[in-house]
Amino acid sequence: MRLLVVEDDRDAADYIVRAFREVGHVADQAPDGEEGLALALDRQYDVLIVDRMLPKRDGLSVIGELRAKGVETPVLILSALGQVDDRVKGLRAGGDDYLPKPYSFSELLARVEVLARRRGGREDTVYRVADLELDRLSHRVTRGEDEIVLQPREFRLLEYLMKHAGQVVTRTMLLENVWDYHFDPQTNVIDVHISRLRSKIDKGFSQPLLHTIRGAGYMIRDGAR
Amino acid sequence: MTALGKLFRTTAFKLTLVYLFVFALFAASLLGYFAWNTRRLITDQITGTVDAEITGLSEQYNQGGIRRLVFIIDARTRRPGSSLYLVTTFSGDRLAGNVGIVPEGVMQRVGWTETAYRRLEDPEGHEHEALARVFQLPGGFRLLVGRDLEERERLFDVVMTAGWWSIALVIVLGIAGGFFVARRVLRRVDAITETSRTIMAGDLSGRLPVAGSGDEFDRLGVNLNAMLERIEGLIKGFKEVSDNIAHDLKTPLTRLRNRSEEALRTGKGEADYRAALQTTIEESDDLIRTFNALLLIARAESGEASTHMSEFDAAEVARGLCELYDPLAEEKGVMLRVEADGPTVLRGNRELVSQALANLVDNAIKYAGKGSAAANSASAEIVIGAQSEGEQVRLSVADNGPGIPDADRSRVVERFVRLEQSRSEPGSGLGLSLASAVAHLHGGDLKLEDNRPGLKAVLALPRSGPRLPNPA
Repeated sequence: MRLLVVEDDRDAADYIVRAFREVGHVADQAPDGEEGLALALDRQYDVLIVDRMLPKRDGLSVIGELRAKGVETPVLILSALGQVDDRVKGLRAGGDDYLPKPYSFSELLARVEVLARRRGGREDTVYRVADLELDRLSHRVTRGEDEIVLQPREFRLLEYLMKHAGQVVTRTMLLENVWDYHFDPQTNVIDVHISRLRSKIDKGFSQPLLHTIRGAGYMIRDGAR
Repeated sequence: MTALGKLFRTTAFKLTLVYLFVFALFAASLLGYFAWNTRRLITDQITGTVDAEITGLSEQYNQGGIRRLVFIIDARTRRPGSSLYLVTTFSGDRLAGNVGIVPEGVMQRVGWTETAYRRLEDPEGHEHEALARVFQLPGGFRLLVGRDLEERERLFDVVMTAGWWSIALVIVLGIAGGFFVARRVLRRVDAITETSRTIMAGDLSGRLPVAGSGDEFDRLGVNLNAMLERIEGLIKGFKEVSDNIAHDLKTPLTRLRNRSEEALRTGKGEADYRAALQTTIEESDDLIRTFNALLLIARAESGEASTHMSEFDAAEVARGLCELYDPLAEEKGVMLRVEADGPTVLRGNRELVSQALANLVDNAIKYAGKGSAAANSASAEIVIGAQSEGEQVRLSVADNGPGIPDADRSRVVERFVRLEQSRSEPGSGLGLSLASAVAHLHGGDLKLEDNRPGLKAVLALPRSGPRLPNPA
């Protein structure tokens, strides 16, 4: 995956770029809005990571310019402003995701990977992971021969996890995308929902599919591979 | 600036001067008009009399000739308060009348004239003014009939003098009144200025004087006081936040630092370092969470988030949160359910209200399960309520746990206050403060009530959203 990090704080930018390289991605960096815009227009990237407040050209204006020029590369906005209305503003300006600072790298990585994959436009009607199958039209979930009965919210949780099968999904991402809450619920309520879901889809099967990724979140994957 | 100079410069004084000028102008024109009209009236009267006399005299002349005319005029001049008469020949020789001397040429001009004259009986006396008409009689004689103007002038003078006096009086009284009003206004304004100066100097508890008369100064004072109240509250909140940040964030930061140092000093091998770093990250996350909560409280209390209001169904928020927290509650052996009357629409910031209610539910789950089983045999239960009550929407979270003793109830809403027995539970201690701040942002309140047993936390929010304080 090829990334562009537009961030004026040198330390922060170096840290992100280094961390992405460690996990095997290629990352360029730009210290201001003008250069970021030029690079994003010039080269092909999978995801752009743009700080909101940048010298020379504001982050939102960079995104607006890119979208106006028909560049549809997914953009993740980084911002020290973490309030609900700031997030809405960022997404309205053409950003695809919004991450308030300070963030953990695992959260950033998980979101960037989901964004990069989204480009493929994977909107199948049936999701499959190993012998687990989720039909988005009939709302049926089966594992092997057994039908699994899920509550509506459990279904949406599993749907989101399976849509991003093989990718780490963080608790905040689940809270935002499955429940549409953008606040910190203090206690990790998500964990309990996950363990409930897990007991329904993994219990009694030799091969677990729903995995906890320590310090990051959860992932559904075919354990055999 | 001298006190007098200050007085002259007040708006009240300037306004008084302007009014004074306008008023004086009015008075002057009114009196002028009056005087002018009086004068015209007298003049009209004179001309009427004179015309009538001339008509009569010329008739007499036509009937009886000059002799009769002279005779009649002689008779008339003997009556007191008579008109002025003069009959001359064509060449100007005096034939009859009570007028002694008139300026030369007056008798030559036929028609109306205003002229000086001397009376016959007093040829050396002072000159009088007269309004007279010279009439050409057939046969070359000239007849002058007129009236003395002294009366008219005297009346005019009286009116004019009265006019000047009243204008002078208006000016004197006006200036005095201006001084009085200006002094009064100035005193009130000075009091306000003085108070604002002390407030600016840092004493935020100062309040503007309110006389209680309900005049515009009182209204200004009351509104400014309300503003000061708000500012003081905000500053106090701000100070509290910084104090709390200092006290309560320093502790975990120190712990964090100590752990890292210790790991560096005593760590043996990668496993130790790894564990220490992991703890460091976890503690940093907790710090960030606390910090975010503090920021959010500050923002909610400053009213900054009040611009993002929309209508939403509180009952739905309650159901959504019930669904989110249900597995957690179940895991802790607590029954969680919603009691709602159906759609309970209110205007507010949905996200913040959700978060506030989530905090209350989170708290309830943490504490409700405790002791309830021991205290009463009933199983632990939490009810999330959404009810309309008049103009209010009550979002409540009621548990049957140990509750909060009366004495502690108001204290727990303060930031960071966690009752002793709850120190063992994780959490920043900001949940209730946040809920309270959100309630205030919406113009409502967070109330903690006794649920007998247990605690009932109620977010009482006005249905129509926050309102600006009514101007007094």
